[in-house]
Amino acid sequence: MAGMQFPRDELFAPGHRGCAGCGAAIVARLALKAAGKNTIAANATGCLEVMTTPYPETAWRVPWIHVGFENAAAVASGIEGAVAALKRKRQKYGSEKVNVIAFGGDGGTADIGFQALSGAMERGHDMVYIMYDNEAYMNTGAQRSGSTPFMASTTTSPAGSHIRGENRPKKDMPMIMAAHGIPYIATASISYPEDFMNKVKKACEIDGPAFIQIMQPCTTGWGYPAENTIEIGRLAVETGLWPLFEIENGEFKLNYRPLKRKSIDEYLKMQKRYRHLTPADISKIQEAIDLKCQEYGL
Amino acid sequence: MCEIKVITGTSAAAEAAKLADVDVIAAYPITPQTTCVEKLAEFVSNGELDAEYIKVESEHSAMSACIGSSAAGARTFTATSSQGLALMHEVLFSAAGMRVPIVMMNANRALSSPINIWNDQQDSLAERDSGWIQIYAEDNQEVLDSVIQAFKIAENENVLLPVMVNLDGFILTHTVEPVTLPKQENVLEFIGTYEPKHAYLDPKKPITQGALGDPNYYMETKYAIEMAMKNAEKVIVDVHDEFKEKFKRGYGNGLIECYNLEKAETVIVAMGSICGTIKDVIDAKKKEGKEIGLLKIRCFRPLPIEMIKDALKNAKNIAVLDKSISLGMNKGIVYVDVVSSLKNKKTVNYIVGLGGRDITFEDILEIYTDVETSEDGKTIWLGLKE
Repeated sequence: MAGMQFPRDELFAPGHRGCAGCGAAIVARLALKAAGKNTIAANATGCLEVMTTPYPETAWRVPWIHVGFENAAAVASGIEGAVAALKRKRQKYGSEKVNVIAFGGDGGTADIGFQALSGAMERGHDMVYIMYDNEAYMNTGAQRSGSTPFMASTTTSPAGSHIRGENRPKKDMPMIMAAHGIPYIATASISYPEDFMNKVKKACEIDGPAFIQIMQPCTTGWGYPAENTIEIGRLAVETGLWPLFEIENGEFKLNYRPLKRKSIDEYLKMQKRYRHLTPADISKIQEAIDLKCQEYGL
Repeated sequence: MCEIKVITGTSAAAEAAKLADVDVIAAYPITPQTTCVEKLAEFVSNGELDAEYIKVESEHSAMSACIGSSAAGARTFTATSSQGLALMHEVLFSAAGMRVPIVMMNANRALSSPINIWNDQQDSLAERDSGWIQIYAEDNQEVLDSVIQAFKIAENENVLLPVMVNLDGFILTHTVEPVTLPKQENVLEFIGTYEPKHAYLDPKKPITQGALGDPNYYMETKYAIEMAMKNAEKVIVDVHDEFKEKFKRGYGNGLIECYNLEKAETVIVAMGSICGTIKDVIDAKKKEGKEIGLLKIRCFRPLPIEMIKDALKNAKNIAVLDKSISLGMNKGIVYVDVVSSLKNKKTVNYIVGLGGRDITFEDILEIYTDVETSEDGKTIWLGLKE
């Protein structure tokens, strides 16, 4: 990752209602820094929306809209259409490119918002969709989503004496997006800000739809002290659990290769959602990661 | 200055959207609305209309995209029907709450189950409380004229609410009638260009739309819509007057239309295409020396209740026709709304034509006779099979 100058402007204002150590706030802040002022944001219902816009306050210094839980991609489609029409017909929105970015959590993206997302991507709208993934419905108290990982304990997939937390693997959103044939797909992590910002920049510049899934640890839902957010995010990448890659026009490219992949133990042990795991469970998870890393060439 | 085309109701709506030079259309096809969105796709494809046509994957996304588009300052149109309108339900409330002046054509059609593609008005009446202005058209000319007027009403600064123009599925959507099409320059002169001053998504002037409204703020937003509805009553009348002056066509005062009400003691209250049949019955009875009347409700939201009360002041027997039913109440939705404001009047509710069952000239005759002898407050499901 080449070093880059971080813009000093803060388009995501401090003073929002996010928890200390909130990864979603980092996602929004970095994304806007990379995209710049000429951006319109559409936000799905969720943590990010609720914590940033309790009327009459707002943390957004770019035009921002929220309509519902499942429709950020559809709302963004309408915005993109309006900007195109008004530029052409009435010389509005100036000559510069306007970036349309949709933000959705994992529930608003991989579950309830999936249809709207698939439609928007398939139609080829010039937009960037950023899925901030905290791996459950964190806004309402950690209920499982389609993006909850195998064996994580959530309030609707609790670890009990009969079931060991979530019994299904995480939905593979980047590959589903890849099947849509869109020009740009990437994974990112809040612990690798330069990589993420480069990807947002690239996604904005590309003509057509782009999808970025960024892992965003959640202090309350995952159960760890606020100061560990960045460390946990980094461990996910260093263990190979969360590989950083891009798929540009169908070409897969790994962006980061740890010198030696760390074992998953430490990552899991730092979080309450995994505290029920036995050594055998951890081995199972490690095996799954190893298999996946083989696929990715990690 | 005009052109007459023999077209369907859905084509009339599409022609009106074209005349209004809409910027964005986001739509999903559904019977019997489909021919409207097909026509618009054709206009865009031929270059007859310079608009972005967003081919969404559902009605929920259609309305969501319309909200995004309208919030970004574009004149926005969509069309739907029945199950599609129901799928939009959640976002209909958002559109009204966000005060985006979207115009939508709705082809009135029965709701499942059982699945039924034919006409009644249950779909739009079930969205009565969403904050949308609702206009019901009697014929295809009124469809075209109402869609044109709808843009001017919706975009009025004292209103800023979405408008739904309803037409009876198949009865109007698929029937061809001669429709006079005004010239586009005259239509645009009438509506004006949409220049949102209140709010739109502009990077040069960032605003936050659709924020979280806690208990300190929520109620005021609903009250503001109620006030906008109140304002809309006058705006609808004014827009209708101006339209009448310019294009020489009118529909009552824009909110209601009174047909032979002055001398009539027996009056039918109805909405939509059935009003045409009722007018025929009235004309026929007049020849026999019998005075019966029609109160056509053109605008159901806002409901001009004072005007309705005034129009019915001489009526002794009032039959309210409903192509809807509020189950568990055994009353039609129009009846409940109208009668709640009438005192000391004999009213009878006729549930008619659900799921597209024919309502004939003879049925209307029967209603006029029946209401004179029926007891007050009765509900009659007309033509119900044993």
